[in-house]
Amino acid sequence: MSSQATSKKRIAGGWLELAVAVAIVAFLALLPMLNLPGLGLLPGPTYTPGSLHLMAYIMLMVSLALSYHMIFGLAGMLSFGHALYFGIGVYGLGIVLQRTDIPLLPAALIVLVIGIFVTHILGAISLRVSGISFAMVTLAFAQAGNVFVRRNPGGYTGGDEGLALATSNVPDFFIGVVNTKYLYWLALAVVVVVFAVVAWIEYSRAGHGIAATRENEMRVRVLGGRPFVVKLIAFVIGGSLAIVTGMAFLLLQSGAAHTHTTAEFTLTLLVMVVLGGVGRRWGVVVGATVYTILDQRLVALASHDAIRELPAVLRIPLSEPLFILGTLFILIVMFLPGGLSALVDRFRKVPVEDEPIKEPV
Amino acid sequence: MNHVLTVSHLTGTIAGQQVVEDVSFEVPATGVTAVLGRNGVGKTSTIKAILGLINRSGEVTLEGRRIVHMHTHRIVQLGVGYVPEDREVFTGLTVAENISLAVRQRSPRLDFVRELFPEVVVERAQQRAGTLSGGQQQMVSLARALVNDNKLLLVDEPTKGLAPKIVDEVADVLREAAKTVPVVLVEQNLKVIDLLAERVVVIDAGRVVHTGPARELLDDPERIQQLLGVHGEAAA
Amino acid sequence: MSTFILLLITGLGLGALYFLVASGLSLIYGLMGVLNFAHGSFLTLSAFAGWEVGRRIGLDTLTGFLVAILVGAIVAALTEFLLIRPLYERHIEQVLVTVGLSLATVALFEGIWGPDPINIQRMPWLIETTTIAGAPVPNSVFIAIGAAVLVLIGLLVFLRKTRYGLIIRAGVENRSMVTALGIDVRRAFTLVFTIGGIAAGIGGVLASNYFGYVSPLMGGSLLIFAFIVTVIGGLGSLAGAAVASILVAVLQQFTNYYWGYGDLIVVLLLAVVLLVRPQGLLGRKAA
Repeated sequence: MSSQATSKKRIAGGWLELAVAVAIVAFLALLPMLNLPGLGLLPGPTYTPGSLHLMAYIMLMVSLALSYHMIFGLAGMLSFGHALYFGIGVYGLGIVLQRTDIPLLPAALIVLVIGIFVTHILGAISLRVSGISFAMVTLAFAQAGNVFVRRNPGGYTGGDEGLALATSNVPDFFIGVVNTKYLYWLALAVVVVVFAVVAWIEYSRAGHGIAATRENEMRVRVLGGRPFVVKLIAFVIGGSLAIVTGMAFLLLQSGAAHTHTTAEFTLTLLVMVVLGGVGRRWGVVVGATVYTILDQRLVALASHDAIRELPAVLRIPLSEPLFILGTLFILIVMFLPGGLSALVDRFRKVPVEDEPIKEPV
Repeated sequence: MNHVLTVSHLTGTIAGQQVVEDVSFEVPATGVTAVLGRNGVGKTSTIKAILGLINRSGEVTLEGRRIVHMHTHRIVQLGVGYVPEDREVFTGLTVAENISLAVRQRSPRLDFVRELFPEVVVERAQQRAGTLSGGQQQMVSLARALVNDNKLLLVDEPTKGLAPKIVDEVADVLREAAKTVPVVLVEQNLKVIDLLAERVVVIDAGRVVHTGPARELLDDPERIQQLLGVHGEAAA
Repeated sequence: MSTFILLLITGLGLGALYFLVASGLSLIYGLMGVLNFAHGSFLTLSAFAGWEVGRRIGLDTLTGFLVAILVGAIVAALTEFLLIRPLYERHIEQVLVTVGLSLATVALFEGIWGPDPINIQRMPWLIETTTIAGAPVPNSVFIAIGAAVLVLIGLLVFLRKTRYGLIIRAGVENRSMVTALGIDVRRAFTLVFTIGGIAAGIGGVLASNYFGYVSPLMGGSLLIFAFIVTVIGGLGSLAGAAVASILVAVLQQFTNYYWGYGDLIVVLLLAVVLLVRPQGLLGRKAA
């Protein structure tokens, strides 16, 4: 296939993707007004607050997974510290709202600016090393963040209890169960923006630079590129998108919990991305959705009578969602490289172009 | 003719890139077969593909036995000695440790390698290999291969970067070794080829472009220029 | 003065625990290029195994100790054989599999033993203190230090004096050349995992005695500091892991006592080391 044909096909793929995306977003935007059955995936019909909350939660997890995809999937950097940037968004906004009289929007802007600054500094330090060392360093920074949150310095973070959302400066329509649909639309807006940013970067020159650096850092350097800068840009964009997502998450959950700053939380993001297919934007969307639904609904499964009556050998593993998800993840890594996207490719008989997972450079 | 190694339609890939396109040649049971070619045409990759050190497909047989699906260590255990490009001695290990690691048989030919390289294998036995000169490291690397009885030796650019005097020493060792075991020798130095090789296999762009007696090629400067891009004399 | 001594010695004890985790991590990484996220689970499982044995047949800790080590060794060897080996040379996937294993096993442990720490009964003399220069130091601390020193010596002797030690040292330097000498390096892989499992098993029992409880999360929290230790010490360097374990733990202990943010100081130390010496204190090449 000539390169011209490839690029034509790419552009056509871009329009198709846009059309699909617009259709999905339009449908999702209408859901709070519709009475569709939950089909066991949701706790009730689509317009009920419980279902809207779960869907908003899923969308924010998709958004967060997409921000992680910028760093891991696109730039090929195995970060184990992404929860830190999400946490900056959640706790940053939570603290500003609680301690100051600044209204929501300016507060969010302040947190974003400070957050981008912090992301820059930590990214620059972490990128002194690459590969596995990079993974460990990002993990260590995130762990420091988690320790900070749990120690509750000056009563700012609320420690293990968590931090409740101070509502005095938050618009009324974001507060209360009856207003869940507005939070739902906020989450939808966030995921649309994050997806658009990620897609735009992937199609742009910068995105090609990032991908080229992932594939062959040496070659980029020889050609006069600066891998460090390219990687830092990817890291900061991914971190910033996580911060934005975190701020919406604070509003949705009406508070912050330290569990969302742990290393395990980053690992679950990694699981989502790998589940869907590393390096595949839509794969990440599907992976995060499937993961979150399973994670939420497997808890319900555990309390099901059929499970409760099983002998302990079966009951205990089956009532631990993370055990099932972890095992599923192992099986996918071992037997289905490329994740769910590869399954779709196989079904569509699209030849896999390159190895799904690359060694980080 | 009786062949110790046959290679047919061998391909090799490194990180998804095909570096050996389609290589076929045979190695007779005696003497030195030289593999020639310009830099970066896939000579080293061909050797690595034979050994399974890179991903490969095609057909390779050692004494009639298929080895293309085997793990590297199994192939070596069948009796293949390997002297890699750039020596690849274990720099943190002593000379003695380097050699003892390579031993694969109950009664290794330690006396033989001591005799060949007394100043390295005997005198510097307890020295760390990383502290040796390039020529001395090459001797450790050769000793690692020669300490076993092999059916075949694969030697990759043993004279690269060495002083002329050391080049002669290495050539002497290889001639000595070739008396008892067939050798595949990747080499850029035409003088060494002139000294040792009976046959040549020329590779270009991942394919074999010429095979024949060494003498015939060496006596034809135009052909050398065409195949290797060097003048016969200038390469020495 | 006695506070200083107490902090120093308990710091060394904590360092001993870090080393027991980090030594295995470092060996595995050095030889195989795999960062083993499941290493904490080996430790946790061993700790629970030791506790279960102690609970059932009395506090004869030696039996519990041996069972714990055996469990660590077997689980580690099985992990290598069943999960790591099929993904030969695909390092990212190998890391991902250990990530999955760590998530799944921690969840399983929580299902079996509950999510909260369980206070354990210890042999009385382990809780008793010995006074050194006026500092009352719990005996369990000395046991931890002694065990770590023994493990360090044992590993060094093994690496220096045995053929498999030789293969491991060579493999850390150049894995593919080891196979090119006719050695099945995968056996050494299983071996380093087993050794790592043994060290983690010892660490599990000692950690539960040091802290006085067992918990599904104890391995994971030690693992993070062990990661920091291996990076600071230099990936793949056993001596580096030993030095960095002591450095990190003692520093942590002192800052925790005087300021309360020892964990942050450790991360700061990591950042400084990376800025000044990216390959770690005793690492050979830039990782």
